[in-house]
Amino acid sequence: MNPLAALFMRDLKLAGRVGGGAGIGVLFFLIVIVLTPFAIGPDLALLARIGPAILWLGALLASLLTLDRLIAADAEDGSLDLILTGQTPLELAVATKALAHWLSTGLPLVIATPLFALLMNLDSQASLAVALTLLAGTPALTFIGLLGAALSVTLRRGGLLLTVLVLPLTVPVLIFGVSASNAAIVGPLPFGTPFTILCALTLVSFVVGTFAAAAALRHGIE
Amino acid sequence: MLLLDLANPTRFLTLVQRALPWLIGATAVAFTAGLYLAANAPDDYQQGATVKIMFVHVPAAWLAMGIWTLMSIAALGTLVWRHPLADVAAKAAVPVGAAFTLICLVTGMLWGRPMWGAYWVWDARLTSVLILFLMYLGLIALWRTVDDPSRAGRAAAILTLVGAINLPIIKFSVDWWNTLHQPASVLRLAGPAIHPTILIPLLIMAFAFALLFVTLHLAAMRNEILRRRVRTLMLMQAQAAPGSAA
Repeated sequence: MNPLAALFMRDLKLAGRVGGGAGIGVLFFLIVIVLTPFAIGPDLALLARIGPAILWLGALLASLLTLDRLIAADAEDGSLDLILTGQTPLELAVATKALAHWLSTGLPLVIATPLFALLMNLDSQASLAVALTLLAGTPALTFIGLLGAALSVTLRRGGLLLTVLVLPLTVPVLIFGVSASNAAIVGPLPFGTPFTILCALTLVSFVVGTFAAAAALRHGIE
Repeated sequence: MLLLDLANPTRFLTLVQRALPWLIGATAVAFTAGLYLAANAPDDYQQGATVKIMFVHVPAAWLAMGIWTLMSIAALGTLVWRHPLADVAAKAAVPVGAAFTLICLVTGMLWGRPMWGAYWVWDARLTSVLILFLMYLGLIALWRTVDDPSRAGRAAAILTLVGAINLPIIKFSVDWWNTLHQPASVLRLAGPAIHPTILIPLLIMAFAFALLFVTLHLAAMRNEILRRRVRTLMLMQAQAAPGSAA
């Protein structure tokens, strides 16, 4: 079996069987959405207006929540050393891990979005737009988070540090994700412009995040 | 070659020891001249005396961005050339850069209060400087969390370089976001060009700020080298102490 495929299947299986990960991420997402009306009041018109932004914030925070296990779990049980000493290029290995992580934690958030959008009083077109932007944007969050996970892998309080390092870098993704959603719902901008930039951000963070995370892991072990 | 000579920390320390008094003197002279000229510069016809904040605000903003550039070069020095002083230079620059960014933000807020009627508006420039400040703080947190200095140096170098790639993207996004939310309503400096009576004091103040940074940076690098020596000595002492594993 191809080592990358083996790594991919292993990570998916672990995410599915260990429990926690994806389910807790979606639950956290739901709780953020539920808390919002308590903070700002049950005004349906207002909720519909800020709904895309709240959904994006919730997804952003929920995707951060699971990042600290992305590499730390492998470092603890020693499989990270095997990956580092193996023949497979480290960049490809971490990219595979990030992809499996997105499939098991990011994609469930995207699938849950149309359902949670009902709580924010979004109509079907609006909730599809938010789900589509999240589908394009959450991989960027995972790849940026991959770098944070690689930098904080051996630290005792890595999770908190990871959040602080990663959040400022996610500003562009948040801006273009929300503005693409709003463009689809209220205009006046065409949906395509911010959405294309969002896709470009995902591709850039795929390259930068992968290479930087691999470099961080290599330099971390010396 | 100078850069290679400086790789020896002892030689670097003697050089710093010799240069620091001169740098402190030059900084004091430049600040005296700059502040005198700035105090005597004419008021702006629209903004009145508040325009004088600019003489502190703008040099601090330039340095806030310039120091990140310097740290990126030092990061390349750490990762590519393994220059032994590169991560010392990077580490010493972070708090100074954060301080200049904070000065830029605070003076900007004080300037914004009389001009815009609020301490904070979500103007594109303010917002990107604020994010730059948050990234400085994240870098400080990373430096402080990793115990081993050379490992912390490599991790911080990678984060610095990623930040250098991301800062223009963040700047671009924030500009986009700002024009989307509020069309240009922000009062900027009157007129397209700055009059020489204001420009010359501004440049002298920028020079004084740059000298101040060089002075603080070299002193902080010296302290960092000494701190690492103390750390090594204490580790050696702890190993040699009776009762420890032989």
